[in-house]
Amino acid sequence: MSAVLDSHGHAVGDHGHDHHGAPHGWRRWVYATNHKDIGTLYMLFAFTMLMIGGVLALLIRAELFQPGLQLVNPELFNQLTTMHGLIMVFGAIMPAFVGFANWMIPLQIGASDMAFARMNNFSFWLMIPAAAMLAGSFFMPGGAPAAGWTLYAPLTLQMGPSMDAGIFAMHILGASSIMGSINIIVTILNMRAPGMTLMKMPMFVWTWLITAYLLIAVMPVLAGAITMTLTDRHFGTTFFNPAGGGDPIMYQHIFWFFGHPEVYIMILPAFGIISHIVPAFARKKLFGYASMVYATSSIAILSFIVWAHHMYATGMPVTGQLFFMYATMLISVPTGVKVFNWIATMWKGSMTFETPMLFAVGFIFVFTMGGFTGLILSMAPIDIQVQDTYYVVAHFHYVLVAGSLFAMFAGFYYWCPKWTGVMYNETRGKIHFWWTLISFNVTFFPMHFLGLAGMPRRYADYPMQFADFNALASVGAFFFGFAQVYFFLFVVVPAMRGNGVKASAKPWEAAEGLEWEVPSPAPFHTFENPPKLDATATRVIG
Amino acid sequence: MKNNLLQKVASGLLFAAAWASTAAWAVNDLPGGPGVRQLNLQAGATKIAQEQGWLHWFMLIICTVIFVAVFGVMFYSIWKHRKSVGHKPASFHESVKVEIAWTVIPFVIVILMALPATKAVVAQKDTSNADLTIKATGYQWKWGYDYLKGQGEGIAFISTLDNAQREMSNNGAKGVDLDDYLLKVDNPLVVPVNKKIRIITTANDVIHAFAVPSLGVKQDAIPGFVRDTWFRAEAVGNYYGQCQELCGKEHAYMPIHVKVLSAEDYSAWVADQQKKMAALQDDPSKVWTLEDITKRGEKVYAANCAACHQPNGKGAGPIKPLDGAAVVLDADKTKQIKVLLNGQNNLAMPSWKQLSDTDIAAVITYTKNNWSNKTGQLVQPADVKAAR
Repeated sequence: MSAVLDSHGHAVGDHGHDHHGAPHGWRRWVYATNHKDIGTLYMLFAFTMLMIGGVLALLIRAELFQPGLQLVNPELFNQLTTMHGLIMVFGAIMPAFVGFANWMIPLQIGASDMAFARMNNFSFWLMIPAAAMLAGSFFMPGGAPAAGWTLYAPLTLQMGPSMDAGIFAMHILGASSIMGSINIIVTILNMRAPGMTLMKMPMFVWTWLITAYLLIAVMPVLAGAITMTLTDRHFGTTFFNPAGGGDPIMYQHIFWFFGHPEVYIMILPAFGIISHIVPAFARKKLFGYASMVYATSSIAILSFIVWAHHMYATGMPVTGQLFFMYATMLISVPTGVKVFNWIATMWKGSMTFETPMLFAVGFIFVFTMGGFTGLILSMAPIDIQVQDTYYVVAHFHYVLVAGSLFAMFAGFYYWCPKWTGVMYNETRGKIHFWWTLISFNVTFFPMHFLGLAGMPRRYADYPMQFADFNALASVGAFFFGFAQVYFFLFVVVPAMRGNGVKASAKPWEAAEGLEWEVPSPAPFHTFENPPKLDATATRVIG
Repeated sequence: MKNNLLQKVASGLLFAAAWASTAAWAVNDLPGGPGVRQLNLQAGATKIAQEQGWLHWFMLIICTVIFVAVFGVMFYSIWKHRKSVGHKPASFHESVKVEIAWTVIPFVIVILMALPATKAVVAQKDTSNADLTIKATGYQWKWGYDYLKGQGEGIAFISTLDNAQREMSNNGAKGVDLDDYLLKVDNPLVVPVNKKIRIITTANDVIHAFAVPSLGVKQDAIPGFVRDTWFRAEAVGNYYGQCQELCGKEHAYMPIHVKVLSAEDYSAWVADQQKKMAALQDDPSKVWTLEDITKRGEKVYAANCAACHQPNGKGAGPIKPLDGAAVVLDADKTKQIKVLLNGQNNLAMPSWKQLSDTDIAAVITYTKNNWSNKTGQLVQPADVKAAR
């Protein structure tokens, strides 16, 4: 039986008479206050949204398989691209990382649960109506929002009522994120086991602490931007409406002041996960722990002063372009430090390549390609050529799919024994990895060529010269999509059902951290009394 | 075995892609536009575009070298430092020297990259001393071009996608093998070669973007605001671009076609355009008959005057009647011409000098010969011109 589905998981720690096993039936999930249950809920929710967003992506790719309009009309096409972006960013990537945080942060810092257990429940269940409203907007009059996931004014002013539903959904998702962040920050700062100083915290905890601060800083900015859009639409204000003297470019400044830190919100926790997996499978301590922490902090701070590199084509003054170009190029320095640290960790190690390590190495390799295209995009003169083309689409899929998503797969395989109590099927894990890696590159690598050659993004139809690479990308996309269905049906579901070799408390030879000090599957309640830690704060000594 | 599998997958994908795109095989590279299966930026026809192409190569080479070096180390490590080959883990986990080195060296590399980029940014933002200034206005979903300053000043037209191509798109583009599919417009933007062309962008509804890759320009067209960019094409020919900011459902269907002509051909084109525009305009020296000009005047009156003076010419409240008014009936027609050109009563009656000479002459003639006014006077455009 696994902790995920176990209705009365208990082992060590289940000694207090006022603590019971997990509640039964639907109440266990609807009234959930246990961080592990809520973590599971977040991840199942995120995977559902990944599938919905994936179906939209495949519809887009099917339409673009050949030139000409075959399946959808241009109105619906714009709805698909918009909703694919919104659902993947706000419904899949962000909640999935919150799920990882819920499961792992208390286990990694030796806390019994999250600081605000009921707020934790609330921030999860808020997402359900928001997601339903977002996905359901396809069935509203005029269809779903079609102004792109960036929701640029004044195009948003032309949208139908679904735009309001979309804005409301984003407000709710934002509120949920802010509550989740407060919870994470309070948990990390107040509930660490005695002896775990800040500079002894696991990297995943560090990256989430910084991410949570980023979220609290920028989610209200997004809320402000979309609220102004809402009042422009209905209450006669003209913040962004040029017809009344408003400034559409001001919207972009506000949006990207949110949007750029948001990019790091979606990648920093991934860095944290990789920083656990590489040392575990290289059988060697993480190289440069302190510089990892400083690099993560530098990236977070720099992320606030680079936003207008998304706006080179709006016609900024020379000094503005130069400032944002220099600041953006600077981000490559701390990002490079991280990659060097991971490789130095592997150097002279004793490596094995189980699926978590494969995904981690895949992450480092392919994410770095996305990093380099980011550096190329940061140069304003080149960006003038490729801004709003498929080159940008390729770039951010390299960092968001090969980055965030690969890191989450790596994290799933790494912690799956702890969550479910059984080892995943290694052969299937390897199939999933190679299938995903190859189809990912077949899908997105040709998009670099399309973008350089000048194919604009968000186009329902395109000149004939672009046909071959589009066909190739579409074929790759379907392979990629089916790989994830395979992952769920043949890796996740069997593990959740407890089919597999029983996992020991520490199934990975050289894994470090408090999560490996509790049995597998992790009991419903862990660390009810603060554990006594050794000097490195990685082992419980009593 | 793994390699075999990889090869099979790869060849399968290529086969599928090739099969899918048989329709596109007949398509050729489009000079000044995209090429078939093109891998890099379009060939630059301006200094700026060539500079961008150079910068891209510069960055691509540096990045590739770093990438190969860094991942060479990683794959070497993966090959040599495996448990399966019996490698025992070392125990080092920090080195201040190394960590400082790999912070400082990338920093220096980034500065070296920034230098040529800075030069290019300054050059591409310098829109001063243009030979020809053209305003490009984005509409949902077409482009409007107004020649504001320089040779051809005053020329204005709208440029839209060829309607037949829009239809082909709706029909699934079956069997279409046009090199300029979705790029053909009715009226291309025509400019002279080797002249600095400044493009001022704005928009009528939502944000669009004026972009022509081979000329190295991309500038958002923002409603309520004006921005500018420039190019100096070095060769005659056709250059193609497309709107590059999501602007609604027909976003993919508002291409840009820039036709660069030699100086002589451009002059000829301008002369031709001006002739066509003149033909559409009234000849101010034309001598009209009373009947024709009264008919014309009735329309001008309905469009501009009737709101205040009423269709029956009686006025209302403080608005003076025209029917039977002394100025209208006066034998000296210059009196009424002056009123229309300059206004009256502190501009309670505004000035109408923005109307053409013909329109003013027509509306005065109409008021002098309508309702109970039967003066029989005829005002010619030349009279108005003389009075301006």
